[in-house]
Amino acid sequence: MIVAHRKSIPELIEILSGHNKVLVLGCGTCVTVCLAGGQREVGIIASALRMASKLRGRALEVEELTIERQCDNVFIETAAETVERNDAILSLGCGAGVQAIAERYSHKPVYAGLDTTFIGILEERGIWTEKCSACGACVLHNYGGICPITQCAKRLLNGPCGGSREDRCEVRDDRPCAWQLIYQRLKKIDQLDRLRQIQPPKDWAHSLDGGPRVIIREDHRI
Amino acid sequence: MNPDIFEPKILAFCCHYCAYASADLAGSMRIQYPPNVRIIRTPCTGRLETEYFLKAFEQGADGVLVAGCLEGGCHFIEGNLCAKQRVNAARGLLSEIGLEAERLRMVNISAAMPRPLADVITDMVQTVRKLGPSPIVANFEPITENLS
Repeated sequence: MIVAHRKSIPELIEILSGHNKVLVLGCGTCVTVCLAGGQREVGIIASALRMASKLRGRALEVEELTIERQCDNVFIETAAETVERNDAILSLGCGAGVQAIAERYSHKPVYAGLDTTFIGILEERGIWTEKCSACGACVLHNYGGICPITQCAKRLLNGPCGGSREDRCEVRDDRPCAWQLIYQRLKKIDQLDRLRQIQPPKDWAHSLDGGPRVIIREDHRI
Repeated sequence: MNPDIFEPKILAFCCHYCAYASADLAGSMRIQYPPNVRIIRTPCTGRLETEYFLKAFEQGADGVLVAGCLEGGCHFIEGNLCAKQRVNAARGLLSEIGLEAERLRMVNISAAMPRPLADVITDMVQTVRKLGPSPIVANFEPITENLS
């Protein structure tokens, strides 16, 4: 899922300055799961904004709504009526959601209430970790299902770097060395031979090179 | 109550298994505590969400007290520990909003601690009285100076 966390209340107040009626729009998908922008967080942020604006001598009217998905036009449409009666939208969706809302309601200012951070998983209660860099050309098959691009601080395809201490990364000692994990996993599945192959430099043309990426599936188009 | 002294409105979320029972016992034992407190019984402090505290302040509470079981003594094992973390996070949020974090407090009380319960309520009332009325309360003028 996409993991995000909320901006601070003073920052949001600053972003919303100049507006009197704001819609805090939540998203029921990834940001609900990572406890950043779902229905509950919409309530918390809306309540905080109402109080914070009052304390700063402003009367900010805040309406709350959460839609199923902010990155899907079918669901974005359901917010139309609520959007119209507000001056601006504070989207608690991920960066994709904010942009989709801004595109659909192009006559309204749309602001991001969250900092979208990474694609990751819930590691344990209250801890989310990054797992995928969306590099566009997955290499997980070579590394026992552990991504060296994301998990290794140096993004080494031919590791380890030699700097790890015990099983800790030398760059971040609160994280395990990705190459230690890769070695252990490959050993466990009896595929250590994969480490004998020297991997060529990664082709980053599939990543952010050349502007935004588009996937076109002709079989799904009319 | 003395009309010349600010009497804060304190909302107390009391766990059914401990603090609420202590409040009940305080009544039976004729132990006095300030009448500023309005008690809401909760099945466990772990049931309390951040939005409950914010709503309380938004709707006029001058202070919010969360009273759960002693650490290690929660009827639901770790509900009070969850509440402790949540209250800490909510205090941070209150600071971001511009309200004093001291207006929200969590205490741990067993079912057999009526006197300490009366003491923490008295202490909370004194703390909030010193802080003054909540600037959020509708019948007070909003503060106009820059608080950020």
